[in-house]
Amino acid sequence: MYPNNYHYTKDHEWVAVSGDTATVGITDYAQNHLGDVVYIELPAVGKHLDVHQTIGSIESVKAVSEVFSPVSGEVVEANADLNNSPEAVNQDPHGKGWIIRLKMKNKGDLQALMSAADYEKYLEGLEA
Amino acid sequence: MKQTRFNASHRKLGAKMIEFCGWDMPVEYKGIIDEHIACRTAAGLFDVSHMGEIHVTGRDALAFVQHISPNDAARLSPGMVQYTALMTAKGTYVDDMLVYCIHPEFYLLVVNAANTDKDYAYIVAQKGAFQIGLDNPSDRTSQLALQGRKAIPILQPMTDVVLAPMKSFTCAFGKVLGKECLVSRTGYTGEDGFEIYTLDHEPGPIWDAIIESGKPHGLQPVGLGARDTLRLEARLPLYGNDIDDTTTPLEADFKWIVKFKKSEFLGRDVLVRQNEQGISRKLVGFELVDRGIARPHYPVYLGGVQAGQIASGTFSPLFKKSIGLVYLPIGQTAVGTEFEIGIRDKRVRAKVVPTPFYKRDY
Repeated sequence: MYPNNYHYTKDHEWVAVSGDTATVGITDYAQNHLGDVVYIELPAVGKHLDVHQTIGSIESVKAVSEVFSPVSGEVVEANADLNNSPEAVNQDPHGKGWIIRLKMKNKGDLQALMSAADYEKYLEGLEA
Repeated sequence: MKQTRFNASHRKLGAKMIEFCGWDMPVEYKGIIDEHIACRTAAGLFDVSHMGEIHVTGRDALAFVQHISPNDAARLSPGMVQYTALMTAKGTYVDDMLVYCIHPEFYLLVVNAANTDKDYAYIVAQKGAFQIGLDNPSDRTSQLALQGRKAIPILQPMTDVVLAPMKSFTCAFGKVLGKECLVSRTGYTGEDGFEIYTLDHEPGPIWDAIIESGKPHGLQPVGLGARDTLRLEARLPLYGNDIDDTTTPLEADFKWIVKFKKSEFLGRDVLVRQNEQGISRKLVGFELVDRGIARPHYPVYLGGVQAGQIASGTFSPLFKKSIGLVYLPIGQTAVGTEFEIGIRDKRVRAKVVPTPFYKRDY
């Protein structure tokens, strides 16, 4: 369920790293809790984000929640496909439902994140 | 937490459950959008057993209902249902409700789950010299709502109540799956459909049978999430959002439930005065012009100045846009009037539109 090569936050974001580019999205657990996603407020390309700064917001029919940046860096791409098909976040949260790509400023930020195994353990604790 | 008698069925269907007004209720099954569209195009089944049912009986039952309600219950003969308000002496809402005339000395009031205890205490306090009996069997009463254009073909095979000739806002006693029920042609979705009340100890089979025989018709179980989006598209008000003890039926654009010509009722003086002087604000429908979703309590700006907040607001699964209701100063309520809504750090444009947003075409 949760890709082994991704890094995870307690707020249910994931990060996939390739070179110094980090792709960020929300986890399957998060999309399931939100329900049908209908609108995503994306940040402007070029915006600098610190760790835990708000990337944007995700609106489901029922509620709105913020997405926080797991790492620091500069936004190099926002997933414009989500403007027309926000449901990709529900259907493929770890793939086509990605939200932004960042040029990472400090790879050390990853140290604070969880592995897939640790994240799954963390989820078990939440369900209990 | 209280459970309805259909709790096990919801869990078996994989519902997401939430606490709502002290009840363990399904908020969604397959997803709000799917459920909403199923109800609009085929049928939806709702467990609304959390709703309150208050019985008014006895010689003065009609006179008492007339006292607490601005609509004219004297127009009801047995088997008729009426939408109205439970009024404060200030002409504002204690709640909105349905009044069922069971017979001339028995009226059933159906009230909101969030208000049942408050309403019952309020009603008891109004009793005075009226020769009536009052009862609150809400926790023992199960209620299902079967809504949508396929409601009759789904329900008719399992009931001896003849559904097709029933007029909107009428009710009849009969059996559903052999269990004693009160069936009314009412609902909270903007669709045709029925609400089924029963005091049976084991009503579970009714739910299960409707789910099963509804499947080939496209029926889905519907949770509280889509109940809210459906009612808002049909501009049916929600107590706590659109109406409360600070708003009057005239302001909420429900003048038709206020019958000034009938005898005295709570709040009548205030409403007569308000009607003569004119209301200063009115509940109107809006949609967003810019992108985003307006939700309850978001601030509203007219000409840059804050002028209240959003009453109801959501994403409309049918129209795929942000819709809602808002109280605006009476001079700013014309269709097309633009205003702004504060959504986090932005201000987005919205405009007044005609309501209901959705009106069924069958």
